[in-house]
Amino acid sequence: MATDTHEATAGACVDGGGSAIGMPQLCADWIPNQIFWLVIALVALFYILSRVALPRIASVLAERSGTITNDLGAAEELKERATEAEAAYDKALADARAQANEIVAKAKADIQAELDVELSKADAEIAAKTAESEKAIGEIRDNALQSVADVAKDTAGEIVTALGGTVDQDAINAAVSARVGGGS
Amino acid sequence: MAGEASEEGGLVFHPLDQFIVKPLFGDGAISFYTLTNVTLWLAIAVLAAALVFVWGTSGRKIVPGRLQSVAESIYGFVYKMVEDVCGKDGIKYFPYIMTLFLFILFANYLALLPMSYSPTSMIAITAVLGFGVFIVVTVLGFVLNGPSFLGMFWMKDAPAVLRPIIAVIEVISYFVRPVSHSIRLAGNVMAGHAVIKVFAGFAALTLVSPVAILGITAIYGLEVLVAGIQAYVFTILTCVYLKDALHPHH
Repeated sequence: MATDTHEATAGACVDGGGSAIGMPQLCADWIPNQIFWLVIALVALFYILSRVALPRIASVLAERSGTITNDLGAAEELKERATEAEAAYDKALADARAQANEIVAKAKADIQAELDVELSKADAEIAAKTAESEKAIGEIRDNALQSVADVAKDTAGEIVTALGGTVDQDAINAAVSARVGGGS
Repeated sequence: MAGEASEEGGLVFHPLDQFIVKPLFGDGAISFYTLTNVTLWLAIAVLAAALVFVWGTSGRKIVPGRLQSVAESIYGFVYKMVEDVCGKDGIKYFPYIMTLFLFILFANYLALLPMSYSPTSMIAITAVLGFGVFIVVTVLGFVLNGPSFLGMFWMKDAPAVLRPIIAVIEVISYFVRPVSHSIRLAGNVMAGHAVIKVFAGFAALTLVSPVAILGITAIYGLEVLVAGIQAYVFTILTCVYLKDALHPHH
């Protein structure tokens, strides 16, 4: 019989079919068992929580808020440093620019001075060369005039000879000199 | 009764059978130390809570993982509740309140698993919790405040004529606290589970089974809410009672 298996558990709270008689919640036979195991469960849970879990979570939360505060502080400091670095960079840039301008101006002045010296030297050289050339040209011109006079005298003498005259060298010289000198 | 039901086509309702305490091994009588289904599910609740709160937080990560986030959220939730209701001097009772909350929360939710047992539906268990809180809070009130703890029942703001009447009402309501505290939890959990079983019994009838299954689903959804809300209600009432013991003159 099926009911036989339930015979053992059947009591004040369970009928022969294994069903509850009334509310199982109110069965006095079962209450000590529940209370006993509940107390053990609560004590176990309390020890697990208070000894391990809760201190651990508290320390993690404290550590996290500490880390966040530190990180914010570090970020603030880094930002300040970045601003400082930017200012330093700007200053360095301005300095470099000023220095560069100075160097450029100095180089310009140097070049100008050198240029002036060279120019004056060149001018002097040119003047010297010009004077020399003028002298050479004068000499050449004088020589040329002399040559013309000589050639004219000789030619005049020859022409007079050819015409059957007598050569009067002094007269010819005078005449040629008068003509050449007048012509020149 | 059983004979009639089987003649009507197997429509048998035993909505309360799920609460029967059975020994895990053998069929003997149940003495207080017998390992029973209650023991098993209490142990599972404690182990589940330990799993989340000890194993889940074992990484101690600054950026928490999933389980650690859950543990930390529950910790923060209960901590804030204790701090808001009881004030700064209530913080030292936080581990006790956390134990109560976690025990009820895990027991309630584990009871929603099919084939599970729901310890928080048993009045014996919730009465131990409720009367435990009541006794601890009352003793604490007298230890911390001495006889002036009784001033809690004597309303100095009320007209002199009404003060004795209010005192009587206050005393009665004070002693009703543990009863309502424990029956509220057990009643809510038991009723929900019993209603689900009743719907399950109707599901055997082909004609109404779609409605019955819909009913099971709806009540189950409701029970998911109830499981959390009742854990919260039990805990916040504990905080309120504790506040009365810490600051009786408010």
